[in-house]
Amino acid sequence: MALDQSFVGRSYPPTAPYEVGREKIREFAEAINDANPVYFDPEAAKAFDHPDVIAPPTFVFALTFKAAGQQVIEDPQLGLDYSRVVHGDQRFVYSRPLHAGDRVTVTSTIDSIKSLAGNDILSVRGEVHDEAGEHVVTSYTTLVSRAVEAQDTPAAQDAPAAAQDAQAAKDGR
Amino acid sequence: MTAKVSYDDVEVGTELPAQEFPVTRADLVQYAGASGDFNPIHWNEKFAKEVGLPDVIAHGMFTMAEAGRVVTDWAGDPAAVVEYGVRFTKPVVVPNDEKGSAVEVTAKVAAKLDDEARTVRVDIVATSAGQKVLGRARAVVRLA
Repeated sequence: MALDQSFVGRSYPPTAPYEVGREKIREFAEAINDANPVYFDPEAAKAFDHPDVIAPPTFVFALTFKAAGQQVIEDPQLGLDYSRVVHGDQRFVYSRPLHAGDRVTVTSTIDSIKSLAGNDILSVRGEVHDEAGEHVVTSYTTLVSRAVEAQDTPAAQDAPAAAQDAQAAKDGR
Repeated sequence: MTAKVSYDDVEVGTELPAQEFPVTRADLVQYAGASGDFNPIHWNEKFAKEVGLPDVIAHGMFTMAEAGRVVTDWAGDPAAVVEYGVRFTKPVVVPNDEKGSAVEVTAKVAAKLDDEARTVRVDIVATSAGQKVLGRARAVVRLA
């Protein structure tokens, strides 16, 4: 079922503040096997003029996706079937890296809803701000809810990407 | 934001050091815990096959993180990355054996964007088992 276009442009209230911790950054950096000392050692981070250890570039996805999950994906009025959702694409635009000690909020907005070959394509923007209200990073996430009838065919795995490529060509991207 | 690579030292076509990143089931379990993404397609073979996948697949964000390391390792300071985006085109299939899978990543400078901001666009190619797993993988990097 196609999603309701009237949700385009809808913004959700900012999340409660998330406090970025040194040990959480360490845990994440270890999980991606990245030994860059700026993720582990405050002195190494300070050598690059960061106030404390910084988070790897993709760390923030956990925050923005959680915000999108709790607010957008589970919005009963939107009616997205999460069991069919795959991650289509992901982009981050940074003002600065997240660092330990940051307290940040996420504000989610539905940028677009498209229906292509029975797939619902939902683009959600998550804007991350620090306590001073300054912009840190914006996360652009595209989720593809796969068509019901196509899900059990082997080709279904490629269908969302193909549908998106067709749309991208149309958009001139 | 001090990259260790100078804008003046790179040109269109400059290649970044390529890297290969192993991906095992243990890596996926560890990433699930660290990221909070516990979708069973990333650790439960039975579930993955029930939803039509060939086997357990890596988190797309894990692949994105690994591909990005080619850029951050080159730049030195990860804060030099001002923009990073990918499309998830094919899953990285991770079999339940000692070897697991691997993601091979190459990247090169595709454009010098702004002489004043000293930014370049880096295009990234990530493959696994001979297939491209990311599309339109690009980073904008502010060099020294």
